[in-house]
Amino acid sequence: MVDHPLPFFAPTFDPGPSFLELLRRVHPGSMPGVGLSQTSAAAPEIPHATTVVAIRCAGGVVMAGDRRATAGYTIAGRRMEKVQPADDFSGVAIAGSAGPAVEMIRLFQTQLEHYEKVQGDQLSLEGKANQLAQMVRANLPAAMQGFVVVPLFAGYDHRRERGRVFTYDATGGRYEELDFATTGSGSVHARNWIKSGWAESMSADDAVALAIRSLFAAADEDVATGGPDLVRRIYPTVAIIDADGYRGLDDDTVEQRSHELLGGPERGGDGGTN
Amino acid sequence: MSTPFYVSPEQVMKDRAEYARKNIARGRDLVAMCCEPGVLLVADNPSRTLSKISEIYDRIAFAAVGKYNEFQMLKVAGIRSADMKGFSYSREDVAARELANAYAQTLGQVFTHEMKPYEVELLVCEVGEEPDGDELYHIFYDGVVIDEHGCSAMGGNAESVLEALRARYSVDLDLEAAVKLGAEVLGGEAGALAAEQLEVAFLDRGRGRRTFRRIKNGELDALLA
Repeated sequence: MVDHPLPFFAPTFDPGPSFLELLRRVHPGSMPGVGLSQTSAAAPEIPHATTVVAIRCAGGVVMAGDRRATAGYTIAGRRMEKVQPADDFSGVAIAGSAGPAVEMIRLFQTQLEHYEKVQGDQLSLEGKANQLAQMVRANLPAAMQGFVVVPLFAGYDHRRERGRVFTYDATGGRYEELDFATTGSGSVHARNWIKSGWAESMSADDAVALAIRSLFAAADEDVATGGPDLVRRIYPTVAIIDADGYRGLDDDTVEQRSHELLGGPERGGDGGTN
Repeated sequence: MSTPFYVSPEQVMKDRAEYARKNIARGRDLVAMCCEPGVLLVADNPSRTLSKISEIYDRIAFAAVGKYNEFQMLKVAGIRSADMKGFSYSREDVAARELANAYAQTLGQVFTHEMKPYEVELLVCEVGEEPDGDELYHIFYDGVVIDEHGCSAMGGNAESVLEALRARYSVDLDLEAAVKLGAEVLGGEAGALAAEQLEVAFLDRGRGRRTFRRIKNGELDALLA
């Protein structure tokens, strides 16, 4: 066989519709996590992304994340976007080591699109969730060195006609959450807030408010989670995914929704009675 | 010792070209048009599932006529090459011209070195920010590339279809007029093809990142009505 400028493979070596397999064959050095697991010293202080939440609501799911990245006690980023579209009908949110996480999202997005183009059809939501699990598992050697990535995955399931939420652990364990999920350093506080406010078939609008409030609650108790920044006008990233697809809320809308907090119960707890 | 037959290179090439041309000429036709809202591809294809038109990348589409398994393989190779490039560099760095060159080289090499040439003809289209930024590359079975302007046609009756298309095509067409024109020129003298006979896809200039979408079912019926 002559050399071709295009990637062709023998049938037994064909990567099929998987971009990850293609990358492994063509550019193994570009695989995520390569080199990370060879570090023998303690992990340096690299940026970490923190709290993200996903809440199932009527007709879909709402995802939100704060904007802060930290490296030790230093703020490494104020405008990080931790919630990203995975494809037209699902989103992924990340907590953990920012570098490997951002790379994983990019790979995951490419993987889903690649499958769709090669096969001419989208993966099922469950299939997408499993793909992400494989990527998290592939990151395990790096995770053992301290570069843990724990994403949240949520999307609209066309076959079941509802939103679904998946969480992961560092070993690639994949768990479906019935109603809502949180991950990251402030997740306990966010989860408690959501737990007290969540209702079956709440509207997307109410779920957006609940998500913003839960992130505020997390920021209130956890130094690594960024609260609303009124000076720089930085507010959480919020997205709604339903039968019409993934749509991120624009900055102005989130700003306005965040300001609704000002009259709410968040002032309580620390001299907020005046 | 047997004496090998001498066959002149001219004869070899001529035979191969004739073989490829003959088989491509049996295929149904396909047209492409660059118009105001984007690049429209219309194929005479009664199959609902085996498509001749595909998405390659954000602004790039692929269309083919000829032997299905061969162009399917070329399509997948194109998607792989584009996705690899977009992943290693940036999404903006993926361009139709480069892909067309890669296809041309592959087809050219197969044409001269392999037992038989690929029996396919390809079209690689890219939608620009403005209509004058649209690109259409028509690639033949032997690796010849033509940079087409405005519109193009491939398939068994490519010549007569292209003539009919050129007579009525203009860059100012809207989507509805372009779809109707495509259905009419593909139908030829027998009249416009019906929606069930058509595979239609569109690179929508104003559609954010992934511009490719298929026009089918209700939407296609409405445009043809």
